[in-house]
Amino acid sequence: MKVTFPHMGNLYIVLESLFENLGTEVVVPPFCTKRTLELGVLHSPEFACLPLKINVGNFIEALENGADTIVMAGGIGPCRFGYYGEVEREILKDLGFDFKMVIVEPPKNNFLKLVSDIRVLTNRKQNSLKNIVKAAIIAWKKAILLDIADMKLSQIRPKEKIKGQTDKKYKEVIHKIKDIKKEAELDEYKAVMLETFDSIETIKDKTFPKIGIVGEIYTVLEPFVNLDIESELNSLGAEVYRSVYLTDWVRINLFPSFLKPKDYKEMLKLAEPYIKRFIGGHGQETVAQIASFAKNGFDGVIHLLPFTCMPEIVAKSAIPRVAKDYSIPVMTLVLDEHSAKAGVRTRLEAFIDMINQKKEMSEDNSYLSKIYHENSELDNKIVLSNK
Amino acid sequence: MKIGIPRALFYYEYYPFWKVFFEALGQQVVLSSSTNEALLKKGVALCVDDACLPIKSFHGHVADLADKVDAIFIPRIVSIEPQKYLCPKFLGLPDMIRNSIPKLPPLIDAELNLYKSKKGIKNHVIQIGDALNKNKTEVLRAYHKAASAQKKYKQFITTYKIAPCEILPDIDFKPPKQEESELHTASYPKVLLVGHHYNIYDTFLSMNLVAKLKRQHINLITTDMVSDSEIKKGAKKLTKDMFWTLGERSLGAAFYFLDKGELDGIIHVASFGCGPDSFVGELLERKIKRYYKIPFLYLTLDEHAAEAGFDTRLEAFLDVLEGRKVQ
Repeated sequence: MKVTFPHMGNLYIVLESLFENLGTEVVVPPFCTKRTLELGVLHSPEFACLPLKINVGNFIEALENGADTIVMAGGIGPCRFGYYGEVEREILKDLGFDFKMVIVEPPKNNFLKLVSDIRVLTNRKQNSLKNIVKAAIIAWKKAILLDIADMKLSQIRPKEKIKGQTDKKYKEVIHKIKDIKKEAELDEYKAVMLETFDSIETIKDKTFPKIGIVGEIYTVLEPFVNLDIESELNSLGAEVYRSVYLTDWVRINLFPSFLKPKDYKEMLKLAEPYIKRFIGGHGQETVAQIASFAKNGFDGVIHLLPFTCMPEIVAKSAIPRVAKDYSIPVMTLVLDEHSAKAGVRTRLEAFIDMINQKKEMSEDNSYLSKIYHENSELDNKIVLSNK
Repeated sequence: MKIGIPRALFYYEYYPFWKVFFEALGQQVVLSSSTNEALLKKGVALCVDDACLPIKSFHGHVADLADKVDAIFIPRIVSIEPQKYLCPKFLGLPDMIRNSIPKLPPLIDAELNLYKSKKGIKNHVIQIGDALNKNKTEVLRAYHKAASAQKKYKQFITTYKIAPCEILPDIDFKPPKQEESELHTASYPKVLLVGHHYNIYDTFLSMNLVAKLKRQHINLITTDMVSDSEIKKGAKKLTKDMFWTLGERSLGAAFYFLDKGELDGIIHVASFGCGPDSFVGELLERKIKRYYKIPFLYLTLDEHAAEAGFDTRLEAFLDVLEGRKVQ
C-alpha cells in the first residue's frame, strides 16, 4: 500500500511523519504547479471550488507516481468539503485509475472511530493503540513547530536587514523538522528554532503595517492557491498574521467541542451582530476574526475565498458593515484558476499604499477613514464587476 | 399587521403553510411581485456579487416588499429534515439581507432547524408567535391548520404531477380535468426535470421552462412530484449520505426513475456558481454516462441568460428525444 493525500501548506510533513511512523509507505504528491492546476481544472466540475480542483490535480500526479491509496477528510456539511472525497473518487475512476479511497470522517463524539480509520491505513498488524497514539503525538508536535515557523517567517521577513535571509533560515528549519524522528528531539528543537529566527538581523527604527489574513482555510494555508500572498505582503513591507494555522484546523474540525479553546468561542461571539450562527465552513470565523484583528490594533485585513465558496459569500456580505464598525480596511480576494499574480500584486500594492498613507496622516484620522470607507465600497464594486 | 413574504426561494415549497399560519393568527399576507426584470436588477445591485441568481433575486423581492409591509418574513432555514442541511446561504440568509439592504421593516427571522429532530418545527412556530405577540395555544392551533394545508399541497403535487408554478399563489387546489391528467400524457416522452424548486418554478428565472416543456408534449416530472419514500429509495445508490436536502432530492429522484428504466431524458437546471449543484450535477452526469446512457441536458441560469440561446439548446435536446423515439 502506498498512501497519498492532498497538499495544504506544510500538511504533507505532518502526514508523511504520521504514516511513516505507522509503517505505511507514503507518496507525497509533487508540489503544486501549473500542471497540477491544469489537470484539476480539466477534470473537475466547472463550478467546484478551487481546492477540489487542486486536490484532483494532486491525486492524479500522486497516482502517476505510484500511489494506490488516497486519504481524504470527510465532513457532514453544509460546506461542500464534506462531499469532496465522493466527487473526487468518481472523477478519478472515470479517468481509469486503479486506487482505493479512504475517507476519514470527523469523529465529533467518537474518537475511537478515527483510530480505527487510521488502522485501515497501516500495513503492520502489530500497530497497537499505543503505537498509533505515539505516531499521532509526533505528528502533532511537528505541526505545532511548523505553525510557529510559519508565523515567524511572515513576521520577521518584512523587517530583515539582509534580503532573503529569513527565507533561507525558514527552509533550514522546515528541513530539520521534517528530518527529526524522535519526540524528545522535537521538544528540544523548539528552542533552537526560535533562536534561529531571533538571530536574523532586523530593522528596528521603522514601524511596519500589520495585516491579518482571514477566510476559507485552504486558500489561507496553501501558498500556491493564494499566489503566495504572505510573501507578497512581506515584500511590500507588511507584517502578516493568519487567522488559522494547520493546528487550528485540526482543533476546530477534529476535536470534540469541549476541548475547543475557550477564547475561540469568545472570539466567535464578535460575529454575532453580523452572522448570527454557524453557517458552515469558516464563514462566521471570518467575520469574527476581522473584528478581532481590528481590536488588536491591526492596520488591515485581507479576506481570501475560492470562487463560489458558499460560507465565505455570506461572510462577504457582512464585511462592509464589520469594516465600518471597527474602522479597519478589508480587501477581499476571490481566487480561482484565472487569478494572476500581477493583478493581485497591483491590488495589494494599492491596499498597502492606502494603509501607509492612513498611518502617516493619522492626526486627521476620522476624516480619512470616512473617505476610505466610501472609496473601499466603490473599489470593491469595481474590482468585482471586473471579475 | 401586514406580513410580507418574498415570492422566492422556499416560497415554492412552503407558501401554503406560511399563508394559512399567518392568516390563522389574524395577519394579512402580502406577496412580493412576481420576479421581473426591474426586480431582479435591484436584487443584483443590492446583493454581494458572488452570490447565485436565486439569492440575488431574493434580495430584489425583499426590496420590493420593504415599504409595503409592517414586517418581512425571512426564516433562517437551517435544516428541513433530520441529519441534513440546506446550502450555507440559507443558514445565513437573514444576515445577508440585513447586511446588504438598508432601511428594512422588522424581519421575522425565526430559525427552522430540524437537524436534530422533527420537533424543531414547534420551536420555529413558537418563535414566530413570539415575534407577533401571540400566545402558545393560539400559535399551536394555527400551526396545526397550516400543517394540514401543507400536507394537502404536497399530496396534490405528487398525485397530479402539477408544478407549483401552475397553481401558486392560489392554495385552493382543484384536481385537473381528465384530459390534462397523466393518463393523457402517458405516451409522451418522459423527462425528469432536476433542479431546485426556486429556480425551475420561477417563470422569469427559468424562462418559462415548465410551460415550454409541457407545450412540446413532454410528460414532465420534477423532483418535487416524487414522494419522499421514492427519493430515499433512489438515494440509497449513493456511497455517502448526501447532507443537503435538495441535493438528495435531485439525486434520489433521478436514480429512482433511472433504475426503473422509465426515463427518456433528464434536464438538470442549476444556477451559475451553485455550490451544491456543482457536485450533484457532476455525480449525476458521470453516473448517467457510465451506466444509463440517456440524453442529459445541463442548463445554467444567471442574470445574463439570453432566452434565444436557452431555447436553442432545449430544442436540440427535444430533437434528440424525438430521434431516439423514432429509432
